[in-house]
Amino acid sequence: MIRTFAAINVGAFELALGIYEISDKNRIRPVDFIKHMIALGSDTYYEGKISYQLAEELCDVLEDFSRIMKGYQVDDYRAYATSALREARNSQIIIEQVRVRTGIEIRVISNSEQRFLSYKAVAARDEEFTNIIQQGTAIVDMGFGSLQISLFDKDCLVATQNLPLGAVPMKETLARARVSVETERALAREMVDNELVTFRKMYLKDRDIRTLIAVGEPIMMLYSKTEAWKQRSPLSLEELGVVFERVRSMTREQIEDAFDVNADYAAMLMPTAVIVRRLLEITGAEKIWASRTRLVDGIAAEYAEDKKLLKLNHNFANDIIVTSRNLAKRYKCYMPHVQAVEDAALKIFDALKKYHGMKARERLLLQIAVNLHSCGKFVTMRYANDCAYNIIMSTEIIGLSHLEREIVANVVKYHEQKFEYDEVELSASPTHDRFRQSEESVILRIAKLTAILRLANSMDRSHLRKLQDARVSLKENQLMITTGYPDDLTLEAMSIAEKGDFFEEIFGVRPVLKQKKRG
Amino acid sequence: MAENTMNFEDPKNYVNREMSWLEFDFRILNEARDKSIPLFERLKFLSITASNLDEFFMVRVASLKDQVHAGYKKPDIAGLRAEEQLTLIGARTHELVNLQYSTYNRSLLPALKQQGLIVVWEHENLTEDEGRFVDRYFQKEVYPVLTPMAVDSSRPFPLIRNKTLNIAALVKKKDEEDADLEFAMVQVPSVLPRIIELPRGENGERKVILLEEIMERNIQDLFLNYRIVSAHPFRIMRNADFDIDEEDAEDLLEEIRKKLKRRQWGEVIRLEVEEKVDKRLLKILKRELEVEDEAIYEIDGPLDLTFLMKMYGLSGFDHLKAAPYTPQPVPALMNDDDIFTNIRRGDILLHHPYQTFDPVVELIQKAAKDPDVLAIKQTLYRVSGHSPIVAALAEAAESGKQVSVLVELKARFDEENNIIWAQKLEKAGAHVIYGLVGLKTHCKIALVVRREEDGIRRYVHLGTGNYNDSTAKLYTDCGMLTCHPQYGEDATAVFNMLSGYSEPATWNKLVVAPLWLRGRCLKMIRRETSHARAGREVHIMAKMNSLCDKEIIAALYEASCAGVKIEMVIRGICCLKAGVPGLSENIQVHSIVGNFLEHARILYVENDGSPEVYMGSADWMPRNLDRRVEIMFPVEDETLKEQVIHILEVQLADNVKAHVLQPDGTYEKIDKRGKTLVLAQDQFCEEAITAAQAARGNEDVHNTRVFIPAEAEPGRTEG
Repeated sequence: MIRTFAAINVGAFELALGIYEISDKNRIRPVDFIKHMIALGSDTYYEGKISYQLAEELCDVLEDFSRIMKGYQVDDYRAYATSALREARNSQIIIEQVRVRTGIEIRVISNSEQRFLSYKAVAARDEEFTNIIQQGTAIVDMGFGSLQISLFDKDCLVATQNLPLGAVPMKETLARARVSVETERALAREMVDNELVTFRKMYLKDRDIRTLIAVGEPIMMLYSKTEAWKQRSPLSLEELGVVFERVRSMTREQIEDAFDVNADYAAMLMPTAVIVRRLLEITGAEKIWASRTRLVDGIAAEYAEDKKLLKLNHNFANDIIVTSRNLAKRYKCYMPHVQAVEDAALKIFDALKKYHGMKARERLLLQIAVNLHSCGKFVTMRYANDCAYNIIMSTEIIGLSHLEREIVANVVKYHEQKFEYDEVELSASPTHDRFRQSEESVILRIAKLTAILRLANSMDRSHLRKLQDARVSLKENQLMITTGYPDDLTLEAMSIAEKGDFFEEIFGVRPVLKQKKRG
Repeated sequence: MAENTMNFEDPKNYVNREMSWLEFDFRILNEARDKSIPLFERLKFLSITASNLDEFFMVRVASLKDQVHAGYKKPDIAGLRAEEQLTLIGARTHELVNLQYSTYNRSLLPALKQQGLIVVWEHENLTEDEGRFVDRYFQKEVYPVLTPMAVDSSRPFPLIRNKTLNIAALVKKKDEEDADLEFAMVQVPSVLPRIIELPRGENGERKVILLEEIMERNIQDLFLNYRIVSAHPFRIMRNADFDIDEEDAEDLLEEIRKKLKRRQWGEVIRLEVEEKVDKRLLKILKRELEVEDEAIYEIDGPLDLTFLMKMYGLSGFDHLKAAPYTPQPVPALMNDDDIFTNIRRGDILLHHPYQTFDPVVELIQKAAKDPDVLAIKQTLYRVSGHSPIVAALAEAAESGKQVSVLVELKARFDEENNIIWAQKLEKAGAHVIYGLVGLKTHCKIALVVRREEDGIRRYVHLGTGNYNDSTAKLYTDCGMLTCHPQYGEDATAVFNMLSGYSEPATWNKLVVAPLWLRGRCLKMIRRETSHARAGREVHIMAKMNSLCDKEIIAALYEASCAGVKIEMVIRGICCLKAGVPGLSENIQVHSIVGNFLEHARILYVENDGSPEVYMGSADWMPRNLDRRVEIMFPVEDETLKEQVIHILEVQLADNVKAHVLQPDGTYEKIDKRGKTLVLAQDQFCEEAITAAQAARGNEDVHNTRVFIPAEAEPGRTEG
């Protein structure tokens, strides 16, 4: 069976519609792609909201998109909006206007979700991906507004950072500077270095980056005219140098002609070239692959995966866990303990499946929470809970929506302090999330995960991994934690008993520690 | 190198496009003078020269006049300013008109008489019986629709409508002996036939007379209180018809509009009068219409020769006309399978009018009814009034398919017609796009999106001619049907672009103007140049309607100097000088004027032994390359490629209808002595008939062409 799917991206600088055919033969075939330039981002960044005129234009274009979707008789669609709507004060009303006028329901996604999607698109489309990331690789996702750098090591995503380096803000800063062409280029370089050198110091110290995978519209523009683009081959530093020199030596009009772009895009090409070149130099990578994928491709991949129409070779959930594990290391968490708590927590989660009714996604959130549960201590031992909450809320965890991040942060926060249902604060509106759930259900989920984390943590109270061998099973309203550990378990037993009340309150099941006596 | 380029671009190396256009009209006139052509076909050619000239005045001369008024000083490709061009045009046009009428009077009229058709060209020559006949006709049919107008101090000079034929008269009040001469006029009604057949003569010969002669004979009846001193037909052409936003002039219009402070609305740019006109009458016309001397054409014969097209339609003279030709079926489609199945077997070439246009109509009609078709998208530039394509599109839209139609409203002279059916389509639910701002959509492309078992498949028709089933019987055009996914993706991108969305980063197959076409053509020409310098195989063959782009011509000169053999078939304007030593000695330009209007655009480049063949909608003119949406597409299927190359080769071999451009800018026919005669259009007709017969005789195989379906030869495609 072939399913026709439409992906819409309401971006900071353009609206895009991708039509795909997804067959159960693990294949996503792009059928159509339509792009319309609209600077929603400029409105948001300068005015804080989207103007009436642009909202009109947005509705008109989306209405047309809807017509095109009908033409293809699409079975389903997803429409995601990124920073322009995310940061606009009037995003709610704009989304409502779009819904009423076009029937299209837009969901605003977080930066980490957005980057995760574009990363997913790369992984789903480019066959080379798995091979490339065996060695040190960085995905450089360059949007119009900012730059995301994700680092890979041995098949796994290890870190990701968002840098305020975008072609649009750079273009505008340069325009404001009103300097000579020569100074302009130096200025661009300084702006880039300022961010990149810091990034290198913090994250690249012991990483050996061999390859960059470049994603994003500005980069595609830069590459589309190179021989490497046609050959689908990577570009070396020297070859990039040629492109760079070419762009540098051209006037804006010449750029328009040579790259087939309009004046707005042409103005962004020089900053883009500077960013890419410095990236290559600073990371020390040997070559750069330009991906042809866009966010809409990622949306289609995500949809296909959700609907079990597509199995991607790469384990994305693992990426999320590894990144959070690396975060834990960064904050000097005691990793053997973290590992022990993670094992215990997953055992509890799996044993209780029928009681908590949660799915794989929550299991993932639990794993992340476990990994980050002690990161607050890096700042201070006293108020570790609040610190941990703040650390998590200001850290990008790739692939998580804002709400999911809040769930994780709250689980960590409450694992060592009293849980008050009416005190849990959520800044993100749950309806913005893809689950479209009520606030109550979210708080309940936080409570459930908190209970599990608390119990798991208490099972390694001594940080000595005494219950490493424990089996967790359900027996008549009791959660039996059975261990063959021969020595003293007083600390763990006390702690489990202490956390048992809250656990019972939540699940109606009491945890019981049972030490098997050696025969 | 730099000096060389300068040299190529020297205006002296170029021909003024208006003068080149006039040469084209002379070539058509040559056909009217060619005794080997059936007599009535010659009438038709003469009629075409007249209607062409009218259009030329309304469009080109008017535009040049505007340039003069606006003080526009920029010289043209040949370094001439507007005034200079007008002077040259004036002289050459007078020559053309003289030749038109000497052809009519000395050649055609006697020949017609010999064939038993007498044109009574002065009413004075009517017999008494005939006189009575025409008078009766006048009273009964003509008189009721006339509006005679006299001019005196109380009545202003009447407004004379553009292109109408009128009779002017000098009159005197009847009762006053020494009354002043006054001016009177009456329009020859365009609603009545211009040719009236008289009763047969004594020897059974047929006789006709023109309406204005009948009116002249009876003019006294129109001005009863006056005595007619003299009466003569006249006709004017005004520089007023700019509502047509003429395609040839559009490039200049914007610039001119800014500069033109006071437009002389309705300025008369041509006045045609009978040669023997009363000088007093002419003086009045000249004064009242403010016509310059050079703009006055004293005509030795009936004004406005376009009536000859009507004469061609007289029944009973079929033996004096070219045998009618029926467009042949396309062999690849002569089977019981539907058109989609046939296209899936491989790309199909269509060569009109030798082959029928029906498959294109059928594609849209089938698509409209096919339940699996999701969308039909098409550009419509000039469509016939009762186009079956428009009907099919409306039907498709009504049955819920997504129908997108790009209608180019600026297509000349057809606006009203276009708007009517565009609205009809909109009413049916189609998405009608009225072109892009500042760009005229000239490409001819149709796309059918069909949902099939293995996913969406796109069927594409690309052509060199308009989706007009009537002109497809008269214009020679090529088309290609394909469902190659890369063409399909590009076609989708074209329509997205035409709907106002961004163009794709790269195109698979299509070369699209205004953004990419010029560069691509130049690149290919220059590639031949460098191949020539490296001593590799080189050759360019190109067919088009007009060539007047300076950059392209300069590149061709450069290629010629590098040793590239360039053979071109250019029907109309050619600003390039061919065969000039040191400039273009390797360039040959042929022009074919035949019964069918040559219209296809084809390009062949040798490319060092891996030839590339393209077809498209664009001429090599600045307006096509820079201000229009045009498509040039490669023909890649080897069989089709051979067929297209064959078309070029036969056209180049034509030695009957072809004129060859001489270094001095004149065109001459080829010396046929000792050569086998090749008449390209006839040969294509015969080939199409033979191919269709062969296909009919051999039902199980599509034996006239070899299919190379990609799926049948996996080794080849993957290897």
